[in-house]
Amino acid sequence: MLNIIPQLIIGSTDLAAAFLFMYGLKRMSSPVTAPSGIMIAGLGMLVAVLASFLYAFGVDTSVKPHLLVNIGLAVAALAIGGGMAWWSGKRVAMTAMPQMVAIYNGMGGGAAAAIAAVELFGNKADGVTQLVVTLIGALIGAVSLSGSLIAWAKLDGVISKPLRIRGQQALNAVVALATLATGGYIVAVTGGMLTSPVATSGLIYIFFGCALLFGVLMTLPIGGADMPVVISIYNAFTGLAVGLEGFVLQNPALMIAGMVVGAAGLLLTLLMAKAMNRSVSNILFTNFGVVTKHKQGDIKGSLKPVDAGDAGIFMRYASSVIIVPGYGLAVAQGQQKLYEFVKLLQAAGVSVKFAVHPVAGRMPGQMDVLLAEAGVPYDMIFQLEDVNDEFANTDVALVIGANDVVNPAARTDKSSPVYGMPILNADKAKKVYVVKRGQGKGYAGIVNALFYGDNCDMVYGDAAAVLTKMIEAVRALGTKAAA
Amino acid sequence: MTMQFTMAISGFDALYIFMLAAFAGWVIIGHVPAILHTPLMSGSNFVHGIVVVGGIFALLNAGTPLEQTAGFFAVLLGAGNAAGGFAVTHRMLAMFQPSEHKPAHAKHGHHNARRSAKA
Repeated sequence: MLNIIPQLIIGSTDLAAAFLFMYGLKRMSSPVTAPSGIMIAGLGMLVAVLASFLYAFGVDTSVKPHLLVNIGLAVAALAIGGGMAWWSGKRVAMTAMPQMVAIYNGMGGGAAAAIAAVELFGNKADGVTQLVVTLIGALIGAVSLSGSLIAWAKLDGVISKPLRIRGQQALNAVVALATLATGGYIVAVTGGMLTSPVATSGLIYIFFGCALLFGVLMTLPIGGADMPVVISIYNAFTGLAVGLEGFVLQNPALMIAGMVVGAAGLLLTLLMAKAMNRSVSNILFTNFGVVTKHKQGDIKGSLKPVDAGDAGIFMRYASSVIIVPGYGLAVAQGQQKLYEFVKLLQAAGVSVKFAVHPVAGRMPGQMDVLLAEAGVPYDMIFQLEDVNDEFANTDVALVIGANDVVNPAARTDKSSPVYGMPILNADKAKKVYVVKRGQGKGYAGIVNALFYGDNCDMVYGDAAAVLTKMIEAVRALGTKAAA
Repeated sequence: MTMQFTMAISGFDALYIFMLAAFAGWVIIGHVPAILHTPLMSGSNFVHGIVVVGGIFALLNAGTPLEQTAGFFAVLLGAGNAAGGFAVTHRMLAMFQPSEHKPAHAKHGHHNARRSAKA
């Protein structure tokens, strides 16, 4: 049992950490206070980690001979794991953020599973409740680990296609049942209700193997477009696993932090799924990506290509412009050019706003981060519900690298796969320019009626190249006027 | 009876803690604007990095090579979760800056007081 002083210190730092996490997350709810929010949460983490070494004063006498080695191992693990993640986190490109978050999240799930492994191998559970909770936490943590790794591989392009086999659902069910059965068997054996021909440690290996396999099988068939939702679910899973292992270790800080993240992750997942017009069960258990062919109503009108420079000059003389950026902009690395163009327009007295769809980018909010990285102030960035009514009073909507999120079929065509999805009403602007690489279709693989509208002109080309031409055209105008 | 402050947390105590924490998480996140959803996801990801504390506890109490190995990985992975989550969240949030000045000839739409809160 711990001495009283270390016990007091650990207790109060954990309490402080739990408070600082919640206060920090609260401050992250506004761009103004968010940077201080993460610093506050970071401080909580730092004191909790430092204080946790005081657990050394409370170890069992049987463990005492190993204590120095264990402390050395802990310091080494902190340095290696923390150092490598810090190094990679400081270098990762903003476009690669979704897969990086997936990795870090998988690590958290793995850590929870590893804690459970220590408890299980050491047979430390005090009673059947603790054992069951340990196993559930281990299961969720292991699924989160292997599932997040698959999500990373998909987002990073290591695995490019959803892998589906015949009877996938049945196989998943069998593996899930095998995991649960092994867990139940471990409980029965440990409780003395059954005697196992296999050593308990063997059963534990089987349990973890099945859980990891289940995470892989569950994630493989899900399409790349749905990965952000999957990462969010696994984020909630890891939180839950951490909370449960916190109960096993009788540590309220872990319980609170884990469950706060579990609930937050669940809410975030639901918000994302809603913005994508999908239900969570639909994403997890049906094979998205097999685009069902649907009859497209006849679209009247034609695609009207225009010169980038002309479009740029038209916007220079408009009074208001709303820009709808999509992932195509980030692929072309055109954010900086875009903001340069916007600054030219603003200098000429044009009112410019950015309208960002909730699922623009490959992760909700990623487009906001990419714009912020290019220097766009956050008060120019507007979300769907705040800006959608303004399109009707706007001279020009400039759509760059976005497609499905501005497809009016979502409002009108009940047979369309995007029907019901909230969209940005770019088609209601007096004039629409669509910057597009080619005549291809969007993620959903359907024709966009917006492009055929009377008020819409197409500017074909790489987003960065098109923006460069627009900038040149507007600049040339300025020098002519000055001369 | 040894003198100690920590009491065993029973199953029901745990359920109360879980319920209140889940409610707190739900309410806190419910007010986050969509613009911050990516930093928020990585920020909450950072918060469950607290698992590293549990990892240190497990490793310090490990008595066999098998337990030590599992404990080592718990700390290694937990530290990665915490450090990486902090690094990317901090980087992203540092990028969000307000306008230094209002556009000189803004014609409309810039009177939205709720949006133009200054730092």
